[in-house]
Amino acid sequence: MRLKRLILASSATFIAMSSTAFAAKPTEGGYWLQEAATPVMEDLHWLHNFVFIIIVAITLFVMVLMGYIMFRFSAKRNPVPSKTTHHVGLEVAWTIVPVIILLVMVVPSMRLLYFQDALPETEMTIKATGNTWNWEYSYPDNEDIEAFISNPLEKDEAKFIETYLKDNNVAEASEFGEPYLLATDAPLVVPVDTKIKVLITSSNNLHSFSMPAFGIKMDAVPGRINETWFQVLPGKEGTYYGQCSEICGVKHYKMPIEIRVVSKAEFAEWVANGAASHKDEAVQAFNDKNKTAKLGGGVTAAQK
Amino acid sequence: MVAIPHGDDHGGAYGDDKPGFFARWFYSTNHKDIGTLYLIFGIISGLIGGYLSFMMRMELAAPGISVFNSEHEYLVFASMHGLIMIFFMVMPALIGGFGNWFVPIMIGAPDMAFPRMNNLSFWLLPTALICLLISFFVPGDASGNGFGGGWVMYPPLSTSGSPGPAFDFIIIGLLAAGFSSIFGAINFITTILNMRAPGMTMHKMPLFAWAVLVTAFLLLLALPVLAASLFMLFTDRIDGGTGFFDPAMGGDPEMFQHLFWFFGHPEVYIMILPAFGIVSHVVSTFSKKPVFGYLGMAYAMVAIGVVGFVVWAHHMYTVGMDVDLKAYFLAATLVIAVPTGVKIFSWLATMWGGSITFSIPMQWALAFIFLFVIGGVTGVMLANAGVDVALHDTYYVVAHFHYVLSMGAVFGIFCGFYYWFGKMSGYLYNKWLAGAHFWLFFIGVNVIFFPQHFLGLNGMPRRYIDYPEEFALWNHVSSAGALITLAGVFFFFVMLIEAFVRRRPAGDNYWGEGATTLEWTLPSPPPFHIFNTLPRIEESDEH
Repeated sequence: MRLKRLILASSATFIAMSSTAFAAKPTEGGYWLQEAATPVMEDLHWLHNFVFIIIVAITLFVMVLMGYIMFRFSAKRNPVPSKTTHHVGLEVAWTIVPVIILLVMVVPSMRLLYFQDALPETEMTIKATGNTWNWEYSYPDNEDIEAFISNPLEKDEAKFIETYLKDNNVAEASEFGEPYLLATDAPLVVPVDTKIKVLITSSNNLHSFSMPAFGIKMDAVPGRINETWFQVLPGKEGTYYGQCSEICGVKHYKMPIEIRVVSKAEFAEWVANGAASHKDEAVQAFNDKNKTAKLGGGVTAAQK
Repeated sequence: MVAIPHGDDHGGAYGDDKPGFFARWFYSTNHKDIGTLYLIFGIISGLIGGYLSFMMRMELAAPGISVFNSEHEYLVFASMHGLIMIFFMVMPALIGGFGNWFVPIMIGAPDMAFPRMNNLSFWLLPTALICLLISFFVPGDASGNGFGGGWVMYPPLSTSGSPGPAFDFIIIGLLAAGFSSIFGAINFITTILNMRAPGMTMHKMPLFAWAVLVTAFLLLLALPVLAASLFMLFTDRIDGGTGFFDPAMGGDPEMFQHLFWFFGHPEVYIMILPAFGIVSHVVSTFSKKPVFGYLGMAYAMVAIGVVGFVVWAHHMYTVGMDVDLKAYFLAATLVIAVPTGVKIFSWLATMWGGSITFSIPMQWALAFIFLFVIGGVTGVMLANAGVDVALHDTYYVVAHFHYVLSMGAVFGIFCGFYYWFGKMSGYLYNKWLAGAHFWLFFIGVNVIFFPQHFLGLNGMPRRYIDYPEEFALWNHVSSAGALITLAGVFFFFVMLIEAFVRRRPAGDNYWGEGATTLEWTLPSPPPFHIFNTLPRIEESDEH
């Protein structure tokens, strides 16, 4: 499914797509974790699958045992019930065996927790502030980049921008187009293969900065600055989507997080260009088109 | 379990002079009548809460906003569904309903220790529910009526985020419900510790009484913390009031989460422990065997209760706690799997070697075990703080807690309902209708909640009125399940009506030799006053 979409998308936008080799968003009808783009998410996948095997085995064991008991000891097959109510060995066994299983589980679990949570020496910092209802991104250690607001795209806006970017063969067009409720007018742009510290806070309600493919989710709490980190694996440049994950009011469902991961060279170029992007042009074009209709509509990155 | 040498404690020996209708149902101090009131109240709340969830499922059946008038309305429905189902359906039915009905009977007491307080406990609840219902129709925030901040009521959304009176009504309602539960808990603890019949030692006490005892202690210790945090929200909401949770005044919104979950996690066990007790009796009755490992079963519940108080922050892995703290909560949470495992295996061992009949209550009990295992193991997954980062606040969590509550606690309620229906009403239900209710409900809830695991793994967050179209498939399936469940609920009411119209009389012990607790020595329904002569439990009787 994904492969087919990728082929379709790349054939439609030809060579320009080469720089966006990878991307992640929820898969259609998907039933598993999103593909990993960071080492933390790779480990998270591993731990999830490890625990998954254990819990499926336990569930199957209980189900099979229950099925057997229901068959073997039905009133028809076993009219005279036994009177056994104790068996010390058995009772000890079903206490000790789960303890052992949990001990086996807790070791990799702790390893992932500390890998995920203990910040390594990071190479750059970004700051995400949750507002009602959009995200504001800034680059505290890069004064050339002005803080900007990342607004969700409305349906018609998303369609327009998608077409605009495709028509102009813009390299930054995501292979998924501009999916409604995931795409924004101004993605957070970060370089690949770089350890990035994310500072997360909020200007009013609680929010949560979440990027499933990166294995990060951290609440935005007013009056607090939380931190987490990620490092997108080499070769995983592309557009990634996440959604606000802590209830924050009526537009909770509509404050997505879009991160565009680019090569280090491209990132430097982006910084040199004053953090402008083709998407800004598209947004500008859309706003120009709707100027009369909208009359001073929402603040966009370009306007800011 | 017990052999009761009773002489003339049937029929004429009982006073059966019921007061008139109004005095009987409104001034009631009789534990059985109060239990009945609780059950009726639970059914009504269940219908309200069920309606709210059904509308949400219809909205989520396809991408786009079609059913609700506003996003705010959806959040109000989501928040109120949680509050009403927990405080006004599960707790009243399990603790107030079955607890009041059967704890005194099972321990051989004539009534609860404080009958008038029992009356107060019940009547606080309708008052509380009315407060919550009023909140639907008064302003919440700028976007409309009602409170839409989630059942967890986190500030600032519940303070500065919902300035209208809607949330004040919820605070008042929940305080009333909380006091109702505290009074109930005091009553149960006093009754169980002091009013057991001669010879009914703690270690001979039926497991349902044990379950309610542990639950009552959890209520007594957890609910004051909820009451305190609600008061703090209340004063925080006043203009120029306190700032416990307001960072601008030196407070911290995260503190509320700690207080809330210090109540909220034991609350989970408050809802499931009585169901454990019921399932133990049902499994034992229909296997015609005493409960296997009685002491292990009783103390597993005590262990769950104790450990349940020190694991609360696993609900908060993503708030930005210190990593060592998370490591502690991770380890402590996993520990709960051990006593829970003891319960599951002891139920299976009770059935092992038994002579099992698959009557309706037994079907609910078997389904309970099946579904609780699924909900339990996804809990083990979520306990791993590292993995929880991907799953926190997604539909995986929704699936998990509905497997243990919507299918654990609710299946426990129906299990008890069918087990004791004849005892409480004096009438037998129609097996075909009850079977249709069971199977539609069982299939329905699984179709609703199993696909939600997929949605969660794929990353769909909770409390979203609209979602990217990638999530459409499983949401669609889930909503179809809601229709099947609705059909199940329909059969439940048909079953009830049929039973009360046909009035097939139930005997004293319509389950036969497997049913050994004291309620089966009484007529169905039991007379208004019971145990005028206390039953005596034989010394030699051993588990």
